[in-house]
Parts: sequence; C-alpha cells; structure tokens
Amino acid sequence: MSQYIIRRLLQMIPTLIGISIIVFAISQLVPGDYITATQNPNLTAERIAQLRALYGLDLPPVQQYFVWAKNMLVGDLGQSLQHQMPVTKVINTYVWNSFIIAFFSFVFSWIIAAFVGVFSAQFQYSFFDKVVTLLVFLLMSLPSFFIGLLAIKYFALDMKLLPTGGMTTAGLNATGWAYIKDVGLHMFMPVVVMTTLSVGGLTRYFRTGMLEVIRQDYIRTARAKGLKERTVIFKHAFRNALLPAITLLGFELPGLFGGAMILERVFNWPGIGQIYLASLNLRDYPLMLGFTMFLAVLTLLGNLISDVLYGVADPRIRLK
Amino acid sequence: MAKELVAFRNLETHFKTSAGTVKAVNDVSFSIREGETLCVVGESGCGKSVTAMSLMQLIESPPGKIVGGEIFFEGKDLLKLSKKDMSRLRGKEIAMIFQEPMSSLNPVFTIGKQITEPLLYHLNMTQKEAKARAIELITMVGIPRPEKIFHSYPHELSGGMRQRIMIAIALSCDPKLLIADEPTTALDVTIQAQILDLMRDIKTKRNTAIMMITHDLGVVAEMADFVVVMYAGKVIEEASVLELFREPRHPYTQGLLKAKPVINQRKERLYSIPGQVPNPVDLGENCHFHDRCEFCMEICKTKAPPLRAHIDGHKTACWLYEEEGKAQ
Ligand SMILES: Nc1ncnc2c1ncn2[C@@H]1O[C@H](COP(=O)(O)OP(=O)(O)O)[C@@H](O)[C@H]1O
Ligand SMILES: [Mg+2]
Repeated sequence: MSQYIIRRLLQMIPTLIGISIIVFAISQLVPGDYITATQNPNLTAERIAQLRALYGLDLPPVQQYFVWAKNMLVGDLGQSLQHQMPVTKVINTYVWNSFIIAFFSFVFSWIIAAFVGVFSAQFQYSFFDKVVTLLVFLLMSLPSFFIGLLAIKYFALDMKLLPTGGMTTAGLNATGWAYIKDVGLHMFMPVVVMTTLSVGGLTRYFRTGMLEVIRQDYIRTARAKGLKERTVIFKHAFRNALLPAITLLGFELPGLFGGAMILERVFNWPGIGQIYLASLNLRDYPLMLGFTMFLAVLTLLGNLISDVLYGVADPRIRLK
Repeated sequence: MAKELVAFRNLETHFKTSAGTVKAVNDVSFSIREGETLCVVGESGCGKSVTAMSLMQLIESPPGKIVGGEIFFEGKDLLKLSKKDMSRLRGKEIAMIFQEPMSSLNPVFTIGKQITEPLLYHLNMTQKEAKARAIELITMVGIPRPEKIFHSYPHELSGGMRQRIMIAIALSCDPKLLIADEPTTALDVTIQAQILDLMRDIKTKRNTAIMMITHDLGVVAEMADFVVVMYAGKVIEEASVLELFREPRHPYTQGLLKAKPVINQRKERLYSIPGQVPNPVDLGENCHFHDRCEFCMEICKTKAPPLRAHIDGHKTACWLYEEEGKAQ
C-alpha cells in the first residue's frame, strides 16, 4: 500500500510539470499584463518599462517560465502584484475563509444526499420519491447568484434574520464564542445556499447508485436470510452504493479549497474564489498561476485519495 | 406418509406490466411433506421462481403481487403473517439458495460475516459461538481450510465454492425447508454433480425438506421424491418421481421426457417440443399448451382443464383424461 502511494506520488511529478507548462503558456497567450490591466493613466512609458523589469515581465517567456518553476520548487510562488505580498501568504489568508463554508456545505450535502437518495431509491416511484426527483431537478437548474440574492432579499433584508454579507459584523471586535457566533451567523446563508446547490446532483447520484445495488442478487440473498429491511438497506446495500461515491469524494478535495467565485461575490465573503477572480482580471499572474498550481496539486491528491479509499473499501481491488 | 410441511392453495401471483397483467402463478396448488424433496420442473418463464419467491414473500412489489390463495407452512397461512413474523421464518425455518452463485454473495463482506449473520440474528449466538458454528458449516459443505475461507471475500472463491457457501448459509439455522432455485444451472457439469451430491447428503443426513427448482430432468431423476410440472403459470401434472417417469400423462410432460437424451439410444436428432411457450401476458382461460399439443381438441382451446387425480397420487390437468374430452 505505502509503495503504491509513493509510486503514485512520483507519477504526479511529470503531470504537474505538464500542467505548469500549459497554464503558463495560456497565461502568455492572454493579451495584456498587470501593468496594462491596472489602466493607470499616470504611468509614463519609462515607468512602465521600469515596472516590467521589476516584475520580470520583460524577460522572454521561456526564461520567465524557468524562473517561476525554479522558485516553485522551493515553495516560493512569487509575489502577488496586486496584494504586494507573497502568493503563498495571500492564499493562506483567504483560503481558510473559503474552506469553512465549503467544508460545512460538503458535510451537510453529503449527509442529506445519502439519506434522501437512499430513501427515495428504497421507495422508488412513491410520492416521496417523486417529490425528491422534482426538487432535485429544480435545485440543479437554479443558478447560484439567483438563489443567493433571493436568500439575501428574504432573510436579510425583509426578515432581518441574518446579515446581508461579509464574514463578521463591522466594528464588532468580538473574540471567543461571540466571534464564532458572529461568523456562524454570517456563514449561515452561504452554507445553506451552497448546500442547496450541490445536494441535488449528489442526491441523484446516491439514488441511482442505490437503485442499481438494490436490484443485485446479494440483496435478495440478504432478504432471504430474514434480515430486517433496515439491515438490508443500510448495511448490505449502502456499503456497496458508497463505493462509486468514493470516487466523487476525491473530486471534492479541490472544491473544498478552491473557493466559490460567484457565491463569495454575492455574499461578499472574503474567500479565495473572489481573490482568484480578481487576479484573473488584473493579470496578477503570480497569484493566478500559483493558485492554479495549488488546485492542480489538490486535484491530483484528491484522485490519489479516492483511489486509496476505494482500495480500502472494496475488497476486490488490491492496490499494487 | 409424512406430515405436510408446506401447502400452496390456489396461489395467484400476478405482475402488472406495461403490456398487461402477467399471471406468473395462476391457481397453483401442491404440497411439500416433511423430509421430502420436491422438484418443480418446467421451461424457463413458467413461474417456478415466482412460486418459490411467493413462499418466501420476496416478490418484488410493484410490479408483483400475491392476489389470491394461501400458502400454509406447518399449518399457518404465511400470507396472513405480519412482516416481522415472516422475516423470523425466512432464513431460519425456510432458507433459499439461488441460481447465480457468482452474484449471490455480498462482495464487500467476508464469507465469515455472511455466514454468521443469520446465526447472530436468528439464534442470538455470541460472536464466538457463531464463528465456531460457521467453521463447522464450511467444513460440512466440503470446503477445506475453513478458517481461511472464513476470512476470505467472495471474489476469492470459485463458483462452486460460492454455491457451497450459499448452502452453508442456508443451512446455518437448520431450516425445515430448503428452497433451491436452479442451484446448479450456472455451474460446470462436474461442479454440478458435486453440488447435487452435497444436496443429496443434506437430504439423507438432515431430513430437510427440499423444494428444488430445475428445468433439468436429469436433476429430477437424481434428486426428487415427488415432481410438480408447471407450464405457463399452472401446475399441469404432479406425481411421485417413479410414477412420473414411468407413466407421464400430460402431453407436455411426455414431450419433456422425450426431449431428454438417453444413453444407448442415440437418435439422429433430439426430440424437441414443437412451438414456443406462449406470451405470458393476458393468457386466456384455456389449456395454455393447446397450440403445441398434438392431441389438441376443441375443448382445449376454450376451457382450462382441472388438475385432478385420475390415478392415486398422480394428478394431471388434461382434457384427454376427462369425460368432456373423451366424448370428443
Ligand atoms: N419482476 C417481474 N416483472 C414482470 N414480470 C415478471 C417479473 N418476475 C417474473 N415475471 C414474469 O413471471 C413469469 C414467471 O417467471 P419465473 O418464475 O421467473 O420463471 P421461471 O420458471 O423461469 O423461474 C415470467 O413470464 C416473467 O415474465
Ligand atoms: Mg427461475
């Protein structure tokens, strides 16, 4: 097993090199750079040349790539031009804000989807199942900004139950429990909206998986043993239905840290998604490239984790 | 004669499909006595499995439903039992093995876990007792190194071994009735023989009643005490195995026996019953075999023959043996 993991980790190296070349090349193909993107009319041509030299933008692209790649090897993702601090620090500052909402909505959506999916599969074509199917399609087709704004209108503006946005109440210098409560209140809507958005597809996934498993011969065997229906469903069927979901679990890893660009904008949440979007607009290449590489590493790791988990959960798979 | 263990009385199990109602089991009555091996034979789709699954009350619903009749087990009508009482019988008093050993075991649990499950659940054994019993059972079904098998997963075993494990699970709580739905159909011929030997062993040593479903008359000849022949959801003939092989009375049974290869009598071509099994949807009230029958009469096309004993203990549903038929 550990041998397998080590081999997979080594295999990630050429993949990452490939990815770094591609994203760098794409960044070079995009017209404009940080200097032009800031659109500062006061900059003289001389000053522009100076800045370009300062940021290393005057070097030929190949050379720029190697400088970037070499620094990356020692964990230095460069300076963010826009934030004027190291990219790693920018990421570290904002990524956790994104992580907490992503994490809670991940936990809630998986738990809800598993239960609802299992029950609606168990009672296929029942009234419950039909309502679930309808809701699933409804949720899957809702755009996030729309329900985000709708939620703000009803719960924050009309009913004044929750704050309209941000992560903390301005001017409230709370600490300890008061701080957690304040953040919790601010988190509530983004988490609910994010959960709502992801729960639909997941529910469908679990429902389909369960329907597939329930038809299997070994479920008939379990019933023929006289086991309780609860045991049949939650032990014999669910364990098997979970197997394909494990693959999905790995793909969630980059999502946990990747930030939600649109929702963070809507709720004015200081997450990495917003920052990433801004870095694209401002051609803050070090930040943009650095964060993209960060996501690439997470994606590959997520993949590895799902393969390992699969190997642990399914006795038919032996990792070698 | 031994006591009656199971009695089907006018059982009706129907499936609602988009094409119409399938009367998969249509007015079926027969009994299984204690310690007896009863074979249910008939072509694929004639309702053998549905009859067995009705007894287990594991008919998939919808689309299936038991719409009429009674199924007595030791004098109790199973169809009147609560779900809970029925699940107490299932796996304990009535156990079942299936055609597909490759897919009948849960791939994510060890063999040990799957064998001990009914022991823990029905007999309230401790983990330790259950394990000891499971090892005994694995040995009993003729698998060497039971300790190792106990910790194995199904995919590590061959089809024949898996079917033995299924038998071990079925026998774990010492059931009064073992239902075997084509237990050897999916296996190689040599493995088939081994599994049949094992079943015969169980029959003689434990005196378990067996309801064996098969379409293989070779299996019937080897295993059965009593035979029920089904055709398109109905019982068309029943008799003791000797009687049935000596004097098959229904033209369908005669055809089945003729279709069986006999050594020393190699013919140019094996006989096969002409025609096909009728479409099971919305069958009318007639003899369902009439369009394949060489003795077909007018009455056969309009009226279903009753299943009656014309000879002691040998029942046949055919107009040839009825007054109405003889008159024609
Ligand atoms: N789940 C089902 N849905 C619809 N029809 C079914 C279902 N199960 C069985 N049937 C019908 O019941 C009839 C008898 O099936 P079965 O008992 O499985 O036959 P066999 O004698 O081969 O075991 C078949 O004609 C089949 O079409
Ligand atoms: Mg069958």
